[in-house]
Amino acid sequence: MEYKPVKTFDELAVKSLDDFVYGIAPHPVTAKNGMVIGGGTVYPEINLTLPPMNINESTMPEVRRQYAEMIEGILKRAKSLYAPGIIVEVELLPETTMTPQWGIEINKILRDKMYEYENKYGLKSLLRCTPNDTREIVRPPLMRRGELLENMFTTFEKCAEDGADILSIESTGGKEVHDEGLVTCDIRKVVFALGVLGVRDMRFLWSRIVEIAGRTGSIAGGDTACGFANTALALAEQEMIPRVFAAVDRVATIPRSLVAFEMGATGPDKDCGYEGPYMKAIAGVPISMEGKTAACAHLSAVGNIAACVCDMWSNESVQNVKLLSAPAPVVSTEQLIYDCRLMNEAAADGREFALKMRDWLADSDSSLDPQAYVLRPDVVLEISGELVKEKDPFLATKKAAALAVEVIKRGVEKGELNLSAREKKWLDIISSQLETIPDDEEKFWFELQKELDLNKWRPEEYDLEVAAAKAASAK
Amino acid sequence: MAGFEDLSQAVLEGDEARVVEVTKSLLDSGVDPLDVINKGLITGMDRVGVLFKNNEMFVPEVLMSAKAMNAGVEVVKEKQQAFDMPSLGKVVIGTVRGDLHDIGKNLVAMMMESSGFTVYNLGVDIEPAKFVEAVKEYRPDIVAMSALLTTTMMNMKETIDALKEAGLKDKVKVIIGGAPITQEFADEIGADGYAPDAASATELCKQLVEGREKVGVPA
Repeated sequence: MEYKPVKTFDELAVKSLDDFVYGIAPHPVTAKNGMVIGGGTVYPEINLTLPPMNINESTMPEVRRQYAEMIEGILKRAKSLYAPGIIVEVELLPETTMTPQWGIEINKILRDKMYEYENKYGLKSLLRCTPNDTREIVRPPLMRRGELLENMFTTFEKCAEDGADILSIESTGGKEVHDEGLVTCDIRKVVFALGVLGVRDMRFLWSRIVEIAGRTGSIAGGDTACGFANTALALAEQEMIPRVFAAVDRVATIPRSLVAFEMGATGPDKDCGYEGPYMKAIAGVPISMEGKTAACAHLSAVGNIAACVCDMWSNESVQNVKLLSAPAPVVSTEQLIYDCRLMNEAAADGREFALKMRDWLADSDSSLDPQAYVLRPDVVLEISGELVKEKDPFLATKKAAALAVEVIKRGVEKGELNLSAREKKWLDIISSQLETIPDDEEKFWFELQKELDLNKWRPEEYDLEVAAAKAASAK
Repeated sequence: MAGFEDLSQAVLEGDEARVVEVTKSLLDSGVDPLDVINKGLITGMDRVGVLFKNNEMFVPEVLMSAKAMNAGVEVVKEKQQAFDMPSLGKVVIGTVRGDLHDIGKNLVAMMMESSGFTVYNLGVDIEPAKFVEAVKEYRPDIVAMSALLTTTMMNMKETIDALKEAGLKDKVKVIIGGAPITQEFADEIGADGYAPDAASATELCKQLVEGREKVGVPA
């Protein structure tokens, strides 16, 4: 079955660099309680998770207690610091997605307390519910059928019915091939994983998520290339792979992540999708981003620049462990509120101050790492402007990777970006690999299938036929 | 004539064609195959290991070197049918029950294989009983477990307990790794070692098979 996009993006939603700034999105999103995301205010988005513990029937009372403790602390701190509003994200774990009842209970614990603070104290808040993409538990995964998929959708649906305001997912279609592409730095496999498998899987998933959101009155937020380019980011930080490869990979994720919006999602986009600025530039949706305040979860090379055009500012994820001052989720909440307060204060003094703040955020990171450089607002607009000319997501993915290489090379030549010699040589390697990718998707699949381990994933789950099977069925 | 240094350098550069050429040349001139392996091919990979540990080589470059070395080993095997490549030891590896994050674990497996270990990669979401079964079947020197989530790392202890119950814990060394794992946690659950990354994990395994006890590799 073909899952057709309901929208296409032929031109940029953000028309000029001066309109590309934090807090303001071309298409703001208004929630049921009146909170507007992308309408001028940057809001904190706090993400919380459990400390080390098992999740099973016997530990569920403790799981409930942990979530209740976290949300109470978070909201209390948000109230104390006069937050203009707050978004709480719960990334459900595999266990609490596979057993929908547990996820639903957690969702309800959080949402009820949020309603209470809104009613009692006027603290407006939104709950983003992100069920786990549990399909990959079975290897090779069943992407479009089976109990895991149905339980995942049940979790989405029931949490939305119980008041989750925003629905998101970190989808994993194509991850097996992408992982292989990453460790061998093979851009051919990366382009195939993102531009063919990822796109096809997201079209399937997001057609259903958008439908659930429409039926329940929640907001279809967005996806993220977390399992893809964030894996690259982590490997690059550990110096396992070149940073330029991770940067090119990030840009190559754009057509894939854009699929959510082509299928009808409206944003706010998901925090760990560092490709978010491109979503805002192209689709005009508000975006959540994370950077220095996500150091509790991972190191990144984009701590400041990630905030340049954000509409929500997140901490990625933090465990409920006690720090000197308070439990870590409460500490993260405070940090996020202060970050947002500063950005909002600068913007309140006028657009030129917001742009100055944006440029400081960008300039403080962009020369130090190619992954930061490709998030420069001017670079984002330049690459996005080229990508909207390309209608086919596979070709757009290939083009995105090539544009990233070109922009990084130019940045080095202009002295705007510092790269070591061993990093630079990989730009030429990536370029030469890209040149071998044909423009015909079918031909590319035929070429590549001989190099792929087809025991790790199921081509039929992406509507792809294996050549041998095709030949056999033709007889 | 090309010598061991040329062969080692070709391995370091991941130059497969050159490795094959030099290996053939050395064997044709009557050099002992074991010397070709130890003084040329393995020496090359040892240099790679050092550079990787010092963050001077990327994983894909290490893999190219390993591929080049293996091409050399194949040439030796063709010349001498009865030849067996020496193994540094056997490792059973997998992510623990409930954990699906395998890119780190796969990297560790690749780096161990590249260094000369025989690796049995069980995959993801491995039940304690399956680790026990694998230890009985493969008789490894080391069991390596990984977890990325705070909610799955606890299953490492269950696996160690299962090995104890089966009377196998004293017959293998158990090492663990993954984002939320620390040396303290390893000590707490009775693991024999912890490594923060793929390069350290390989080094840790080398130390363990050499017979050193409880040798945590610093982060």
